[in-house]
Amino acid sequence: MELFNTPVATLSEKLSQKEISSVELMQAYLKRIKAVEPKVDAFLSYNEEDALAQAKASDERRANGKTSGSLDGIPVGIKDVIAVKNQPLTCASKILEPYVSPYDATVIANIKVAGGIPFGRLNMDEFAMGSSTEHSAYKITKNPWDLSCIPGGSSGGSAVAVATGMSPLSLGSDTGGSIRLPASFCNVVGLKPTYGRVSRYGLTAYASSLDQIGPFGRTVEDVAMLFKVLAGRDENDSTSFPAEVPDYHAALKASAASGEKFKLGVPKEYFAEGLDPEVRASIEKAIDFYKKQGHTIVEITLPHTNIAIPVYYIIVTAEASSNLARYDGVRYGYRSPNAANALELYSKTRAEGFGAEVKRRIILGTYVLSSGYYDAYYLKAQKVRTLIRDDFMNAFQKLGVDAIVGPTSPTPAFKIGEKTDDPISMYLADIYTICVNLAGLPGISIPCGFTKSNLPIGLQLIGQPYQEARLLSIANRFDAEHKLGLKEPKL
Amino acid sequence: MPNYEAVIGLEVHVELKTNSKMFTRVANHYGEAENTLTNPVVLALPGALPVMNREAIEKSVKVGLMFGCQIAELCKWDRKNYFYPDLPKNYQISQYDKPLCLGGLVEIELPGSSRNIQGEHKKIKLTRIHLEEDVGKSTHIDIESLLDFNRAGVPLIEIVSEPDMHTPEEAFAYLTALRTHLLYAGISDCDMEKGQLRCDANISVRPIGQTTLGTKVELKNLNSISGVKNGIEYEIKRQVQAIERGEKIPQETRRWDAFKCATYSMRSKEQAHDYRYFPDPDLMPVRIPDEVKKRLGSQLPELPWQKQERYQQSLGLPYTQTAVLVPDHELCAYFEKAVAAYPKNAKAIGNFVANDLLRERSSGAREGMMPLAELKVTPGQIAELVKIIDAGGVSSQNAKAVFTEMFATGHSPAEIIDEKGFKVSSDAGAIEKIVREAIEKNPEAVAQFKGGKAGAINVVKGYVMKQSKGSASPAVIDELLRKILG
Repeated sequence: MELFNTPVATLSEKLSQKEISSVELMQAYLKRIKAVEPKVDAFLSYNEEDALAQAKASDERRANGKTSGSLDGIPVGIKDVIAVKNQPLTCASKILEPYVSPYDATVIANIKVAGGIPFGRLNMDEFAMGSSTEHSAYKITKNPWDLSCIPGGSSGGSAVAVATGMSPLSLGSDTGGSIRLPASFCNVVGLKPTYGRVSRYGLTAYASSLDQIGPFGRTVEDVAMLFKVLAGRDENDSTSFPAEVPDYHAALKASAASGEKFKLGVPKEYFAEGLDPEVRASIEKAIDFYKKQGHTIVEITLPHTNIAIPVYYIIVTAEASSNLARYDGVRYGYRSPNAANALELYSKTRAEGFGAEVKRRIILGTYVLSSGYYDAYYLKAQKVRTLIRDDFMNAFQKLGVDAIVGPTSPTPAFKIGEKTDDPISMYLADIYTICVNLAGLPGISIPCGFTKSNLPIGLQLIGQPYQEARLLSIANRFDAEHKLGLKEPKL
Repeated sequence: MPNYEAVIGLEVHVELKTNSKMFTRVANHYGEAENTLTNPVVLALPGALPVMNREAIEKSVKVGLMFGCQIAELCKWDRKNYFYPDLPKNYQISQYDKPLCLGGLVEIELPGSSRNIQGEHKKIKLTRIHLEEDVGKSTHIDIESLLDFNRAGVPLIEIVSEPDMHTPEEAFAYLTALRTHLLYAGISDCDMEKGQLRCDANISVRPIGQTTLGTKVELKNLNSISGVKNGIEYEIKRQVQAIERGEKIPQETRRWDAFKCATYSMRSKEQAHDYRYFPDPDLMPVRIPDEVKKRLGSQLPELPWQKQERYQQSLGLPYTQTAVLVPDHELCAYFEKAVAAYPKNAKAIGNFVANDLLRERSSGAREGMMPLAELKVTPGQIAELVKIIDAGGVSSQNAKAVFTEMFATGHSPAEIIDEKGFKVSSDAGAIEKIVREAIEKNPEAVAQFKGGKAGAINVVKGYVMKQSKGSASPAVIDELLRKILG
């Protein structure tokens, strides 16, 4: 095992034993980036000098006996949708070029306090709108398990950076599956926390009522270590929740040691038409593993699953149309040089700055909020959203289910270009993940197996609100046993 | 015109006086260097989020309580979407279907038949009051536009009246009453020149007797007190003339041009914005518990019309004095301090504060009135002066001169009376000499007095006062005259 594919818990141990320095660790990743990045295109940019300076500062803290904890000196790759002071923030869009953020997102400030090294700008679908990372205005990130396939999206760069050992951890954002889908396609762990668990301050808004920042790692344990630093109430985000933040890492270890048993719900709707047979077989095998370990498996029903996609696309586009109004060329970012008056300043800047998928969603959202359509679309969608949440809460409260288990996506990664002309089929990749966002629940995707053509398959576990500790504990039972995320793609 | 009636409703925007902006901790100040009161939230940088300002909510609830509005138990925030360069997010956080305050009444005072006569009081119905954020300021120079975001995000309430007024005078009285109330409760400085209070009017006209409303025209840019009156007056006239010419009034938004003294069409109904309101997902709804309402209600000061009534009923002040005092709550506080120091003669104190003080404050070289904060004369000194007058320690003529000196120097009245030799003398011997001289020098007046014309004696008294430079005690003079003339 080399440094770049060593789990974070081990790296943390090596750092604290002074077997390695943070600078050495950072250099190992930079070396790995130089070897791998040209093949996968995960980074939009990274600042070597800054990363090494942060690593050096960490080593100095350690030398002075003032280390900040288990993440001190560990690099964390950042999706290009989260603000880091003095670093570019483009959301993979031309409209923000050449914007540099003057402030840190709360999660970045938290990582810095914990000694972590926020590093690099990871590629994504423009403004997090997409499921394949093909909608970046700059480059298409490749799936390291098959370079002709997409890595999933929108946090494709974040998943690939971790899957290829270019970064031990990374941050993504998840509005309808944008962490879990690429985690599933790239054979890594990705957690979408409960809505309100992690501050959104500094996360460029796509759909405010659904967006959450979450961690990527190679193991559930690694993810728990980073998540501990991210979670918590933030006075800069009114929608962040004041629930206590447990030590997730300690909690999953304690749970494993206690051998406590869980009740897992299997929704029949997630195994219906459209599910790839290889994916089905892999997921059923994982469920069987849990059963053999002595956990209870019950069949449940989530009857509103089939209408989640239209509901989701109404809410998401409505909020996006308003959230993206600020990119107008007036105060920052791209301004069209071709505008003759104020109206053209808006229309040309936005026409030239936004990509096709972003425009599609802004137009859809503007339409559903328009006078006369609001009640029929937006208001109705909000009502159905409540029904979708009720489905989950029924399973949790009436059936006493600890977590819901199923596939993250109906298929493994698809080919680059395969679905770009067919938005609806692209939207269907998120059918199992978007319900979780609509219900505001925590969800995690963990490596579950591979198809015959060696494409990764992800297992999704959905937890009760603010019960990430239990969710991570359940996921850890499978992950710690199989350690699939440590498997390395051949590049 | 006599055959027509105007129907007027006002939408008044008021900037709240708070420490920080509506949704972020940046200072809320006027007059700072351009674009210094900004941060990621104000400038709508990617990732910035709003956080509600409690002080702004509380101040708005106070406004609602002052006007007897129903305070919402739960109010929420909505986004009003439109593109404009001075609006950084290109949406304004406002309240759409669940405003903070519903209903309510604003009591107004119409002008009386003369300045000395109190006019009728009338109650104007309110529709709603909601809280939102202000926008930045654009300045257009040639083909360039400059933006200043210092004002962007300042807490702003919109007070919407029912179409419950019928004349420009009523609208003016309504705006005055609103302003006075808001100043009393420390809600806003309400300076129209600084844009802290802005007014739009909805105006329609109809033949008298018709119950349905005419087509409404929204009039914007009434950005001074006189603008409100003149703009509305003009617009009513314009609509009546158009109807009399047989034209139909189109529903539209017009702009008052204070220089040209006319209104101009800005946009028609067809060009009206679709604001695509929807609940702001970044903010949680606000619950306002009864205890909070109670606490805020208990912090409200005595309100203008309550004060007017108390001054008239309990303190015996005439309308002319209350008309000066009541609109100015700081002057009232000044007056009340003086009354507290000498409660026996509020009326005399009122006279000094409402008349003499006002005159002196306006008499300086500078434009406008000297601010209260710069006065040298204190309420205690005014109380002291009235007390000396009442005790016969200075004549009322000299008291005026003493006051002028007090205003100029800040010296105490006793000091000035001493210095100027205004002290009333009760030395009967010295006064008798002057009285006898006065009788000698004014034989005609004395004869008339003896002949039954009581008023003629004032000539003699006046002579005595003049010779004694006002220092002779009027009581002693009276007694001596009675003795000598029988």
